[in-house]
Amino acid sequence: MKILYCNCTYAKIVPTDVKQSVLRQLSDSGRAFDAVADLCDMSARRDPGLKKIADGGCTKIAACYPRAVKWLFHAAGAPLRDKGVTVLNMRDGAAVDIVRELVK
Amino acid sequence: MSRTEGKNLRVVLYEGPGSTPLGNEARYEAITSLLENGFEVTRPVAGQEVAPSDNAPLLVLGLLKDPPVLATDSDVHFRNLADVHPLDAAEEIREKTGARTLAAWKPWFPVIDFDRCTNCMQCLTFCLFDVYGVDKQQNITVQNQDNCKTDCPACSRVCPEVAILFPKYGKSPINGDVVREQDIQREAMKVDITTLLGGDLYGSLRTRQREARKRFSTERDESKALLERKRCLGKLKKELDIPEEVLMTLPSAEDIEERTARAKAKLAKRQARSQSVKDSRPSPSVDEWGI
Repeated sequence: MKILYCNCTYAKIVPTDVKQSVLRQLSDSGRAFDAVADLCDMSARRDPGLKKIADGGCTKIAACYPRAVKWLFHAAGAPLRDKGVTVLNMRDGAAVDIVRELVK
Repeated sequence: MSRTEGKNLRVVLYEGPGSTPLGNEARYEAITSLLENGFEVTRPVAGQEVAPSDNAPLLVLGLLKDPPVLATDSDVHFRNLADVHPLDAAEEIREKTGARTLAAWKPWFPVIDFDRCTNCMQCLTFCLFDVYGVDKQQNITVQNQDNCKTDCPACSRVCPEVAILFPKYGKSPINGDVVREQDIQREAMKVDITTLLGGDLYGSLRTRQREARKRFSTERDESKALLERKRCLGKLKKELDIPEEVLMTLPSAEDIEERTARAKAKLAKRQARSQSVKDSRPSPSVDEWGI
């Protein structure tokens, strides 16, 4: 199980308190994870790193709306698999729920 | 280098054998400062999975006793956090490897939800900045995303299926939120460009240009014409949430005519080609393309 965290660095659309709380707890959790500055930016660049993430096994992604994340990967030529991928929405969700789901 | 070119530097925070683990606070601060400056960060833990290397430049940071041996053909660099601040180390390696720097841009471009898109080409005919195109299978595609005007979500407003997302947009469902029935109805109302402009967009722009010219020649009332332009632009800005700077860069009527002619020629060429290869899928007609 891989964990990916998106920091939405290029636009402050994810509530800062949620973002910071998720990252802090993830950082303290003892779990391995990848953190990217901004998934939108990576999608715009068709970053090959997205393909490496999409190609792997089960993945949990803490970012924004699942529909947006799905099609951002698709736009980058790295479609996510239908099964085994969970997108957790930091725009709408509570940090405590997101972290619980990420590290379980 | 354009804002979408180049590779990001990936920083690995190593805390395994041969190193002293970081404290929680030091780790969190390192990760935060690196992400905020455009770097990617990986925290590996023995026995757990992270994304494999993609041959992007790699910097391994940690309180290292001896540099760990990694099986990778990437351009790998090591820095000891006992000697250097994580951000200073990352910036040094970024410069050394020519990795991408934090670009001053908002990643703003349309993302198509192909679960909803019906390939109607409304977005292609509506966008005046050539953002959209068609691929070899004649499906709509985002062809020139750099042409997209930051903060302009107008094409998503005219999409009858609410299939165009701008993930950095504030409001639902254009931001990627779930599409609800009332969203479809609301967007359908906004799609009615006829109501909004009294004709198709190109036709309306041409008519307005003609009328403006006529008015100028008869009345020579420059202030009245400017007032009318301001009123129309205000209406567009309000109804479609189009930023003013985008409205100010709309192509002239001549540009639009030229573009339409180009699109028609391209379509004719494509139709001829698809006929010659006996493509089983019919090409869109001129009417279907709305030009």
